[in-house]
Amino acid sequence: MDIHEYQAKEILARFGVPVPKGGLAYSPEQAGYRSHELGGERWVVKAQIHSGGRGEAGGVRLCGSDKEIRDYAAELFGKRLVTRQSGAEGRLVGRVYVEEACEIAREIYFGLVLDRKTERIMIVASSAGGMEIEELSAEHPDTLLRMTVDPASGFLDYQARELAYGLGLDSGQVAEAAKIFRACYRAFRDLDATMVEINPLVTTARGNLLALDAKMSFDDNALFRHPEVSELRDMSQEDPMEAHAADRGLAYVALDGNIGCMINGAGLAMATMDMIKLSGGLPANFLDIGGGASPERVLSAFRLVLRDPKVEAILVNIFAGINRCDWVAEGVVQAFRKARIDIPVVVRLSGTNVAEGKRILAASGLPIITADTLAEAAERAVGAVARKAA
Amino acid sequence: MSILIDETTRVLVQGMSGRIGRFHAEDMIANGTRVVGGVTPGKGGSEILGLPVFNTMRGAVAETGAEASIVFVPPPFAADAIMEAADAGIRYCVCITDGIPAQDMMRVKRYMRRYPRERRMRLTGPNCAGTISPGKAMMGIMPAHIYAPGRVGIVGRSGTLGYEAASQMQALGIGVSTSVGIGGDPINGSSFRDILELFEADPGTDAVMMIGEIGGPQEAEAAAYARDHMAKPVIAYVAGLSAPKGRKMGHAGAIVSAFGESAQEKVEILAGAGVTVAPHPSAMGETVAAVLDRMGLAA
Repeated sequence: MDIHEYQAKEILARFGVPVPKGGLAYSPEQAGYRSHELGGERWVVKAQIHSGGRGEAGGVRLCGSDKEIRDYAAELFGKRLVTRQSGAEGRLVGRVYVEEACEIAREIYFGLVLDRKTERIMIVASSAGGMEIEELSAEHPDTLLRMTVDPASGFLDYQARELAYGLGLDSGQVAEAAKIFRACYRAFRDLDATMVEINPLVTTARGNLLALDAKMSFDDNALFRHPEVSELRDMSQEDPMEAHAADRGLAYVALDGNIGCMINGAGLAMATMDMIKLSGGLPANFLDIGGGASPERVLSAFRLVLRDPKVEAILVNIFAGINRCDWVAEGVVQAFRKARIDIPVVVRLSGTNVAEGKRILAASGLPIITADTLAEAAERAVGAVARKAA
Repeated sequence: MSILIDETTRVLVQGMSGRIGRFHAEDMIANGTRVVGGVTPGKGGSEILGLPVFNTMRGAVAETGAEASIVFVPPPFAADAIMEAADAGIRYCVCITDGIPAQDMMRVKRYMRRYPRERRMRLTGPNCAGTISPGKAMMGIMPAHIYAPGRVGIVGRSGTLGYEAASQMQALGIGVSTSVGIGGDPINGSSFRDILELFEADPGTDAVMMIGEIGGPQEAEAAAYARDHMAKPVIAYVAGLSAPKGRKMGHAGAIVSAFGESAQEKVEILAGAGVTVAPHPSAMGETVAAVLDRMGLAA
């Protein structure tokens, strides 16, 4: 789960990371008012969306007056900001953050991730801050400093110091930097984060350190023990179909094609999408309906796939393990009757009780296209779409 | 022969008193597995399926002499259950549970390293379908009837895609020595490489079908291992050719977040290491058959 910059800053500040003073706004007027609350002469106004690359997409601006803030915020609210990470749809701006501006002397990159290779929390830092980590790895790999943390001992003081010295910070700043690094580690560990990034971490003209931007993502599997983190979810930043599916316990990812997919198991779902692509078609979605595909679940999956107006055919691929093909077939027949389906549906069943499942589909008298193998199912779905277009 | 489990392996079921644990314990017994008891804290002294239930793993191992356990414990308590098994002297543990926090698994892996290699428990999963040595024993939730006994090993992340491979092989008369699910989580007990090592050493296995997917470094590690240390042929499929970067595809670990983690890149790495890659997921069985044929090995 992702959260907004201002939320990440609130969390990190609680762990002891210094952040600029700022205030959140839900309207241009409120944004303008924040400047009076904060005081000072210059403010940074930042669109709050779940995507990086906001600056170059026009989502961040330095403003010098209340009016300037209000005008710019009025531009931002309700706009879908398209960044190079957001996809063509962009992300809706519904919240704006106003912060006091500061004089930047140096920019540093600092991040933590869960590293799958070492199976530890990995710290990544670079003296070339302000750039995205992908760019840094590509263009300045020599500036990247990495270290892993042994979960038994935690992030040690000396490691944090070593990192600070490695970044070329002044002796006077090393203790403060080490404190910030360890605070971020504690936030990562205590809240089951999967990513914490401060980019840039700056030294100001006065020599202080400040987290100018912050990002955090959390492990969905651990949200059960962090209700305070779950509350930070912002539904407006999610794909409505994916949010709808997640609320029903279905793993759904929207894609660009026109063949709707309904499969049990994530690996088989990916393989089915691959087979569609190799047969000359394009999948409209990834959808794993899970192990126990009851008729109700099959029906709600059909309804979900049909909500996507791009879908011109549906491919159902079920490998019944604990499940039974005859139950799944019943579910498909019921769904067909209840969900008013008027596009081609290809069903491929295999595993437990497959003969009975096929008999039920055939006896239903419904225009269901059946297939015996994965390749056949994909070819028939792609063929059905091609025939419709012809 | 087979790896990890056979008909002599004494198995404990952690979480046997739950609906799911009990259902699968019954199925495991029906498929020849020597289940010797269950562990559920608070249910010690009772019986399920005519088998004794214990409060602690240590107590259960002392009474039954079990060397293996399968975990059906809910996600918040699963990591603890695995560490309890490790401390009780269990040699092989399968964790079925889906949804364990990644940092819990990180701590489990670190904890298990307290034991020297020869006394360290082997873990497969979490978030997997389990392990089956067809005709001998099964520690998992798979439909046993799709696996014919034989001489090809299977190792994969996904449950149902593994079933797909097994049934394609069965249709061509190819049997399985052992099939191992390593699970779809970003941090798991055993990697592809760990299981390839066991198959390479197993006189009952002639070749290995490996089913990977997007995300993580394990297929690339396995490719290097197969090239440098294996005499037996490896056949592979990597799911997720059409998966967009940065999106999680169902499994917690199925996400392309770094260089080398996409299906295309993994296929290239595997093929470059001499692994035979199935051209599409409907051709896993026939690709295995072709490799066996080329090696002059019978199905």
